Amino acid sequence: MNEDVNLIEASDLKVSRSGQVILDGIDITVGSGEIVTLIGPNGAGKSTLVRSLLGLEQIDSGKIDRKADLVVGYQAQRLVIDSTLPLTVRRFLTLTGNQTDDELVRTLELVQLEPTLDKSIHVLSGGEMQRVQLARAILRSPDLLVLDEPTQNVDINGSIELYRLIQETRDRLKCAVIMVSHDLNVVMSATNRVYCLNNHICCSGRPAEVSKHPEFLRLFGQSAADMLAVYTHDHDHDHGPTGEVRPSPNHKH
Amino acid sequence: MDDFILRAILAGIGVACAAGPLGCFVVWRRMAYFGDTLAHSALLGVALGFLLGAAPTFGTMATGIGVAMLLVWLQQKRDWSSDTLLGLLSHTTLACGLIAITFIHGVRVDLMSYLFGDILAVSNADIVWIWLGACVVSGLVALLWRALVALTVNREIALAEGVASHRVELAFVILIAIVVAISMKVVGILLITAMLIIPPATARHIAKTPEKMALISILVGCLSVASGLAGSYRWDIPAGPAIVLSAAILFALGMISGLVRGDQRYG
Repeated sequence: MNEDVNLIEASDLKVSRSGQVILDGIDITVGSGEIVTLIGPNGAGKSTLVRSLLGLEQIDSGKIDRKADLVVGYQAQRLVIDSTLPLTVRRFLTLTGNQTDDELVRTLELVQLEPTLDKSIHVLSGGEMQRVQLARAILRSPDLLVLDEPTQNVDINGSIELYRLIQETRDRLKCAVIMVSHDLNVVMSATNRVYCLNNHICCSGRPAEVSKHPEFLRLFGQSAADMLAVYTHDHDHDHGPTGEVRPSPNHKH
Repeated sequence: MDDFILRAILAGIGVACAAGPLGCFVVWRRMAYFGDTLAHSALLGVALGFLLGAAPTFGTMATGIGVAMLLVWLQQKRDWSSDTLLGLLSHTTLACGLIAITFIHGVRVDLMSYLFGDILAVSNADIVWIWLGACVVSGLVALLWRALVALTVNREIALAEGVASHRVELAFVILIAIVVAISMKVVGILLITAMLIIPPATARHIAKTPEKMALISILVGCLSVASGLAGSYRWDIPAGPAIVLSAAILFALGMISGLVRGDQRYG
């Protein structure tokens, strides 16, 4: 992996909608293989920023450079599929790609899901749906994985497990990850940079640094900072899919 | 078999083939009222076609596309909900159509045949129009299928992963306008949406994937046309409504058989 190559580089970004400024003076860089987390309150412009970076939003001013032929794998926030649309797991996984059943099964196993391709997508639980979404994004062999609130509707153990999967995926695919989260208490310890967003970038840096930043404290309060700090410690154990504790392969103590 | 029955079957099957797969998207994207709006604008298209000396089918397509563009433009202003805008356009264009048709002199326009269809009176020229339209629609739907399904499942995913949404969605709207234009002769303006909605809804009882739902909806559409025409011939009832009624009966049978098998709804 070449750390010098930036996948996306945006400077002085400004976006407004119907006269209201949503993003202002945003400088953000996503390097290859990097995990970037965007946190901020509702309405902070997190999703708008991600969409702008992907070139899906009209920007008022500023500059965005994207690597040519950037392959994106996208995990949507709260994916609800209309029940009138029949969809199997297989068909969902191949939504924008064309992979063999073998590849599909292997990827489902990677995200620790039962590899039943003919199962209807409508019977999956919230957590299973997030994993299927992750599998679908991975199947594209993306340069950049974009995850919009990946742990929504997933309990805390499930969240930690999902973050572990995301980190594993990054390590295996050598892809960069942009993650949007308003889940303040579990920011991934593996995050290279956290951007704390509230229409402008309040602060950015490693998770531990951000949690001590006065702007962060002003926005989210001390209790959030304490929680963030707790979860940026290295975990000395992992959780299985059902939440059971098991020793971590990279035990640090 | 009588000639007119054969022509009616050909026309009906052409419409069923075009309407089935496209109708699936109308169901999935909850656009039934949109289909209705384009159908209601069709009468204005017929009138304009006559007044400008163009074929009614062509006039209907052009008007439908125009109304669709107007709707997209109004939606972008975000002042009113889509529902309200559709209601506005639907009834305004129908009113304009009813007025415009009174300005046509010299040509006797049978209003009833446009409102309720006159499949037993389709000419060879009509069949050519219908099959030409059906081929264009089927070909384009096949070409855009993957992109349309991806956009329907989740717009964000499709956009982020590089599906060209604007072109695809514009094409989709134009295709609906074409289907409306070619269906008018068969089931009539007031019943066109039925051909877009009911066969796909029936297919949903059985289908497990979008592709199967599209294929099954074609079969259901053809079966509705055949049984509707048979019923019309046997009991001397109007053909267009008979086709729609058979489609509805097939839907009910699908639902009942689902209940009997104890299926989880749409599992």
